[in-house]
Amino acid sequence: MFNLSYNKQKYVILACFLTVPLILLLMFSVYPALALFYFSLTDWDGLGFDMHWIGFANYKDIFTRADIFAVFRTNLYYFVGGLVQTALALWFAVILSDRLRGRYFFQVMLFLPYVLHSVATVIMFKNVYHAEYGSLNTLLGALGLTAWKQMWLGNPHLVNFSLAFISMWKYFGLSMVIFIGALQSIPKDLYEAARIDGASGWQSFRFITVPSVRRVIELMLILTLTGALEAFDIPYVMMLGANGTTTFVIQTVDMAFKFENYGLASAMAVVLLLIVLLVIGLQRKLLFREGR
Amino acid sequence: MERLEPWWLKALKYASLLLALFVVLFPLYSVVIGAFKTQVEYYNSGLRLPENFLNFDNFRKVFKVGRLALAYKNILIILAVSLAGNVLIGTMVAYALGRFEFKLRKPIMGLYLIVQVIPLVTTQVATVSVIKALDAYNTIYAPMLLYMGADVLQIIIYLQFIQNIPKDLDESAMIEGASLFRIYRSVIFPLLGPATATLVILKTISIYNDFYVPYLYMPDRKLAVVSAAIYNFVGPNAAQLNVISAGILIIFIPTVIVFLLLQRFIFSGVTSGAVK
Repeated sequence: MFNLSYNKQKYVILACFLTVPLILLLMFSVYPALALFYFSLTDWDGLGFDMHWIGFANYKDIFTRADIFAVFRTNLYYFVGGLVQTALALWFAVILSDRLRGRYFFQVMLFLPYVLHSVATVIMFKNVYHAEYGSLNTLLGALGLTAWKQMWLGNPHLVNFSLAFISMWKYFGLSMVIFIGALQSIPKDLYEAARIDGASGWQSFRFITVPSVRRVIELMLILTLTGALEAFDIPYVMMLGANGTTTFVIQTVDMAFKFENYGLASAMAVVLLLIVLLVIGLQRKLLFREGR
Repeated sequence: MERLEPWWLKALKYASLLLALFVVLFPLYSVVIGAFKTQVEYYNSGLRLPENFLNFDNFRKVFKVGRLALAYKNILIILAVSLAGNVLIGTMVAYALGRFEFKLRKPIMGLYLIVQVIPLVTTQVATVSVIKALDAYNTIYAPMLLYMGADVLQIIIYLQFIQNIPKDLDESAMIEGASLFRIYRSVIFPLLGPATATLVILKTISIYNDFYVPYLYMPDRKLAVVSAAIYNFVGPNAAQLNVISAGILIIFIPTVIVFLLLQRFIFSGVTSGAVK
């Protein structure tokens, strides 16, 4: 290697440095995406290679069986939760970007849930929501709000709110810190100039802050939507999807690994993938239009 | 910026912060106190502090019955191998893409970007078949392989860093006759150190916290990592809320310590990822 010209070395380096990463990328990201399309057109049961081509029958199943699409209603709770979370995150990010006593302390504490272990967090909330001995009901009792006590996980009208709250609790700090990063990149003299022109606090927020972080807000909304579509581990660990908490991904995973209907599961995954791509595509298009 | 805020706005700010702080800390408080209580005490004492903060029985029990020692050993092995591989792969790709012009450069970047958009959960069905074909299913190699690959976020962060390393450094090394590999090893790799630190910390947290890769690819109990261990423990021991609390606490502590010691790296990594 030491006697080669730099031009030849360049190709040796490129070949050596890119082969393994690209193999990994092709094997675990590109191939699965393509294979998914193929499986979705078969009746594969996931065992061996005994599969038959059945055309679009799986897709017909998805679009004619009401129960498969109905579960998207569950995902809606996570989407609404995500919207609330984004709004709250922006509020706290704005507060914490001001000069405020103890702001770094608050930032650290509010971010903390994000680094906590996901499964352990869900199990912790299982204890918090426990109908009889849970700390939430105990707290309500101690505050004299006995009437507010609820079966947080047993009540089918409430359970999805309880679960979506866990997601907010965990990811709120992440959104907030991302907003803080974006807010810090706004030049301070903009606010200074606005103040000299006599703008109120609300006006500077409305006309300086919001436009400057609009991109980040859009990014958050996309992440909220895709995150909601892909909601899986919280309802799965907590309830195994019971009591009306099955999300689309839980249904897909069950279809594959529990009912061993990989063909249909693949078709469902493809449908989800297309929905996500559609959302992202729409957002890109809107961005480009406004970017001009 | 010395304008005086109306008092009610300031009050509203602090009130909302304190409320948020309470919402974040309340579940944690109940876990911490629960972990030190006996079972009878747990069911009778509500939110009161435990009688004895030196009661470590629950911790001992969950550690033994939940086989947490094994779980930590497994996750440490997985972390060590995946992170080492991941750092190598990430820096190598970034060096190749960041320092050289070649025909496939744009397509490769594009491929990483497109793949990023595909939600990982949806392709699991097909990924399982790859892992099975490699005979890695239900072995400790499955998660290693899956965690090792570079992701686009990592490549973007590294590329930003590489662009800030002056090309003069490469050139003066060349004048001294260093090979390109030598330049990667002795110039680029060390100078990427801060980015590597940030990425390693973020990856460590995300691998440690991951649920579905170990769950789907390593059902074997001997291979259980921390996620699987606590998940398996809860099922048959659901009534022992105090012991479960201790388990939760043990699992929380490592990432909390990492976070508190290395906050600045984590915050900078999280924000630079989003503002791409």
